[in-house]
Amino acid sequence: MTNPTAFIAPRTGKLIMRWLLFAILVAFALFYLIPLFVMITTSLKSLDEIRAGNLVALPVSVTFDAWRTAWASACSGIQCEGLRPYFWNSVLLTVPAVAISTLLGAVNGYVIAQWKFRGANLIFSLMLFGCFIPFQVVLLPMARTLGILGLAGTIPGLVFVHVIYGIGFTTLFFRNYYVTIPVELVKAAKVDGAGFFRIYWSIFLPLSLPILMVTVIWQFTQIWNDFLFGVSFSQAGTQPVTVALNNIVNSTTGVKEYNVNMAAAIIAAFPTLFVYAVAGKYFIRGLTAGSVKG
Amino acid sequence: MESMLEIQNLDKNYGTVEVLKNINVSAKTGDFLVLVGPSGCGKSTLLNCIAGLESISGGSIHIGGLDMTHVNPKDRNIAMVFQSYALYPTMSVANNITFGMKVRGVAKAERLSKLQSVAKQLQIEKLLDRKPSQLSGGQRQRVAIGRALVRDPKMFLFDEPLSNLDAKLRVEMRLEIKKLHHDLGATMVYVTHDQIEAMTLATNIVVLKDGLVQQIGSPDAVYRRPANLFVADFMGSPAMNLIPVKAISEGSVTRVQIKPAEGAPIELIDNFNGDLPEEVILGIRPEDIAEARLRAGEDTQRMKCRIDMVEPAGADTYVVSWLGGKQVTARLQSETKAKSGESLDLAFDFSKVSYFSKTTGERLN
Repeated sequence: MTNPTAFIAPRTGKLIMRWLLFAILVAFALFYLIPLFVMITTSLKSLDEIRAGNLVALPVSVTFDAWRTAWASACSGIQCEGLRPYFWNSVLLTVPAVAISTLLGAVNGYVIAQWKFRGANLIFSLMLFGCFIPFQVVLLPMARTLGILGLAGTIPGLVFVHVIYGIGFTTLFFRNYYVTIPVELVKAAKVDGAGFFRIYWSIFLPLSLPILMVTVIWQFTQIWNDFLFGVSFSQAGTQPVTVALNNIVNSTTGVKEYNVNMAAAIIAAFPTLFVYAVAGKYFIRGLTAGSVKG
Repeated sequence: MESMLEIQNLDKNYGTVEVLKNINVSAKTGDFLVLVGPSGCGKSTLLNCIAGLESISGGSIHIGGLDMTHVNPKDRNIAMVFQSYALYPTMSVANNITFGMKVRGVAKAERLSKLQSVAKQLQIEKLLDRKPSQLSGGQRQRVAIGRALVRDPKMFLFDEPLSNLDAKLRVEMRLEIKKLHHDLGATMVYVTHDQIEAMTLATNIVVLKDGLVQQIGSPDAVYRRPANLFVADFMGSPAMNLIPVKAISEGSVTRVQIKPAEGAPIELIDNFNGDLPEEVILGIRPEDIAEARLRAGEDTQRMKCRIDMVEPAGADTYVVSWLGGKQVTARLQSETKAKSGESLDLAFDFSKVSYFSKTTGERLN
């Protein structure tokens, strides 16, 4: 005799487990979102309300004053221009640094993976080693180098630093991607008469979108969010947004303007969130590329 | 006929590793030269050297009478088809085929007309807008061949072009390549590890092992008169039987003593070969051993053998016996009454046997 409930019981059990799993995942997601929630609500409150109210309560009256202040008139040290000039510094610094380091990494990876030469693996290992050198170690030598090059305290100087530091990672990404492409492709193109750059431009670059996205997101996040190089190698007027944010938050003249600080933090973090939202699907695709190749 | 390919004293080293040693190979216009050997024998490296994709460490390569030893691949007037097809993945079939012409700056009108004629020849007209990933293996191979054809080269190089195809398609494409060679009359150099491909396609076979040429000759010569034990064993399926025997030569006649699985050695008379050393290895193809009741004559010698195994293979039946301490396979007609465990009179055709030195492995007759 078979008991009909014997069939139903494991199924219900499975269903309960499934829901439990979802519940736990949702709980974790909410937990991770709490800081963002606090930041956003706080940035929309007036100072009076913050002082009076509950940290996690929704704003009674929504005001964008704090955002306006953070963007255009918050004080960092003696200047009260908000984040705006520093935000543009960051843009001017990040865009060329990302572009140059990605480009160099792409060509490096192409050479190391597809144009094997004597010592290619050694050079690759050394570049890889560069990925593991902590930022702090290079501060002093880099300061000297920038001084000799006449780039100390300038945005091109910061671009230079980030390009140098990024090449290890970008080369690694591209090399690992190109190494999965059969070498016969280059051979066929050579027989067809194409040269080094023609082969790259016509055959490899069109294949590279996923890894290009991974590299751009990675580099953009690293360079935009960098604080240490920014604070070490910049001077008044060339500081990136992360340094300005720090200055705004730490300049205490009178009351702490939590709403302004929160708004400034969100503004400073916005570009990386934006890049990930736009190109995120390529990021996942790029990371898993190769593993599912037919 | 003029000489199309002339390779002289070619050496190729990777550091201290010698991959190719003193290779001398030539091909006349219209030849189908097949480089064959087990994996790692250097056959693909040799092809890459001919293409100019690998530099050589010594010797020279002439193509069409010109010294091409240090010339770029693109200037050697060759076209190459690769094992993995090496189609450019982001380009359409049409662009794959015309890429080379585009690089060389051929006018668009000419590119299109050549594309059309090649597409027609290979029956891939309907595929021209597709990407390589949307093609089957056989179609990809056709496109790869098309890419070589539009070049109108002096010489075609094929690097194991059929080994990624399934068995049935491989036979089809093999025929097509043979037909192509016939129609174009072009010189082709073809690398394969498959000795059947080598036999069916080649006008000349080069057998390689460990970077050394073992034998160069027509398929018939390589099959009938292998130069050494390696070639004898490598070419042909099932392989040539290689039986250690005792030979007693008296002038031009030899008495050959073969040890059966049990009992005293049996003596057969070879009326065709003499002057052999005592310890030799007798090579005989499975098809040169027949059932004695069906085959008789002066060139054959009979011997009663105990059959260990019978393998029907459709058209033929293989029977395996044990002679001289080795498995010996005979290819019999499928109607054979041979049964395993029983004895059978077998006829050995001594007009077709080979003898090899037991010490050097070189051919003796």
